[in-house]
Amino acid sequence: MATDSEMIDVVQVDRPGAIGMPMLHKAIFIGLLLLGLVAPFMLYPIFLMKVMCFALFACAFNLLLGFGGLLSFGHAAYFGSASYISAYTAKAWGFTPELAILCGTGAAAILGLAIGSLAIRRQGIYFAMVTLAFAQMVFFFSLQAPFTGGEDGIQSVPRGYLLGLISMAPDRNLYYFVLGVVFVGLLVIYRIIHSPFGQVLKGIRDNEARMVSLGYRTSRYKLAVFVLSAALAGLAGATKAIVFQLASLTDVYWTMSGEVVLMTLLGGMGTVFGPILGAAVIVTMQNYLATFGDWVTIGQGIIFVVAVMLFREGIVGVIARIIRRPL
Amino acid sequence: MFELLGIPPQALFGQLLLGLINGSFYAILSLGLAIIFGLLNIINFTHGAQYMMGAFVAWMLLNYLGIPYWGALIVVPIIVGATGIVLERLLISRLYHLDHLYGLLLTFGLALIITGIFRNQYGISGLPYAIPKQLAGGQNLGFMFLPNYRGWVVVVSLVVCLATWFAIEKTRLGGYLRAATENPTMVGAFGINVPRLITLTYGFGVALAAFAGVLAAPIYSVNPNMGADVIIVVFAVVVIGGMGSILGSILTGFGLGLVEGLTRVFYPEGSAVVIFVIMAIVLLVKPAGLFGREA
Repeated sequence: MATDSEMIDVVQVDRPGAIGMPMLHKAIFIGLLLLGLVAPFMLYPIFLMKVMCFALFACAFNLLLGFGGLLSFGHAAYFGSASYISAYTAKAWGFTPELAILCGTGAAAILGLAIGSLAIRRQGIYFAMVTLAFAQMVFFFSLQAPFTGGEDGIQSVPRGYLLGLISMAPDRNLYYFVLGVVFVGLLVIYRIIHSPFGQVLKGIRDNEARMVSLGYRTSRYKLAVFVLSAALAGLAGATKAIVFQLASLTDVYWTMSGEVVLMTLLGGMGTVFGPILGAAVIVTMQNYLATFGDWVTIGQGIIFVVAVMLFREGIVGVIARIIRRPL
Repeated sequence: MFELLGIPPQALFGQLLLGLINGSFYAILSLGLAIIFGLLNIINFTHGAQYMMGAFVAWMLLNYLGIPYWGALIVVPIIVGATGIVLERLLISRLYHLDHLYGLLLTFGLALIITGIFRNQYGISGLPYAIPKQLAGGQNLGFMFLPNYRGWVVVVSLVVCLATWFAIEKTRLGGYLRAATENPTMVGAFGINVPRLITLTYGFGVALAAFAGVLAAPIYSVNPNMGADVIIVVFAVVVIGGMGSILGSILTGFGLGLVEGLTRVFYPEGSAVVIFVIMAIVLLVKPAGLFGREA
């Protein structure tokens, strides 16, 4: 489409380096990778893997909210269902971890297609309510379906052997596998954001009517980003199930949907790196406050209120404004 | 009429009554949401927590101050409505110039805080609240047994819903409210204090939720989580009905409660999800909702 490329040229004129990766972003990615490589020597690997899974989850969510302008309040549905499928295939069918994770991701994509095609019929606030309601439906399904183990969830999922060869039982081995999965996931998201498709999405986010008048079938773009976001959220959930050897109702409950919104909001909606930081902060907070029971919920609520009232750009958004570079 | 499709009438009407009761709560809560949304343009995610607060404040009044059910029915909506007004003035009102999403996120955060505080104080096991003795017992209607309190809930909910409808559609204040929903700037130009109208509207919507909470206290145990689960169903009810019409909200609420009750008789496994399935069908057939205008 000729109009496509012309559009993008115009968009990219004032953003040099948008075609390749800007030096700054390259540096941050390399920094993150190095950090990921050395971190398990200093911190507890399981905790780090949790942070990484949630970072991917939050970035997938941010792809939809920050770049598509669609607030889904039911992303736990994809995270959780992928977690169930990956746990089930690994435990009951003896799938290798990478295959189980792929199955989970695929299931989340299909679910995303089904829910997304209905949800994009409504806009704004209704969209949020519709996605939340469907996620609750997935929750009830998970509660009652025979293969999910109801309240117990699917426990003691085997970590298995990567490609049937490398044992994932030692934390260190699994850690580097998860690091690879999450890092690739983040790069994929980065690529989507900076592709022509991503530019069209931002156009829809900022002014849907204009994009329609330019000849874009906006609902197709919205559905596509919804499915991509659901699949990547699924990738995070499926990986999480292998890490913790557990898929449970927590993963599909609405509180999980709220948590990912919070991570994204805190880190910075519409920034590339914000959700990673947001996820790290929230997971750390949960870890430290875990012994105080309901204070986790209260703390999350307070962060929500403070973030909405005082810094809607999020932490990374504020940094980006100060250094005047998109992050 | 001893058996309908193999279902004994006691079971059928019992579930229908239960559905009607759930429907009463759906109707009052979605009515409050619709009124708030109409004027404030935010979805009040705190609604479920405020419903829960209603039940808890009623319990506290009874156990700490000895104020019985009948007093609570009047005092609780005022107290909880006042807390709503404080929230609106302090926090929500600062977000009107922003995207609607921030209102949703803020009220979600508030819901987490309120729920967390009550869970911290009272645990999650639930507290009992006795049915007032004037409404204890029940009537044998021949085909079913009707507990007095449940009949009362259905009747009083209907009355409250219809009174709200009347106040909004037929009174002068309601006229201001509808006008401000259409065009707040113009209404302000006529000398009506729109910000105050907005604050009062929020307080009223919250008071409705709290009233529903008091009604619910003797039926369900008073529990910090009682709001969270019902509010998501109410969101689905709102999507199905559309928020354009007051009567539409009421009808949809009661209707879906009945459908849920029927499902519990004929296909119990599906009762938890039937409303969401209906929502999916409505989205396919009439995306704006049964009574809705396109948002």
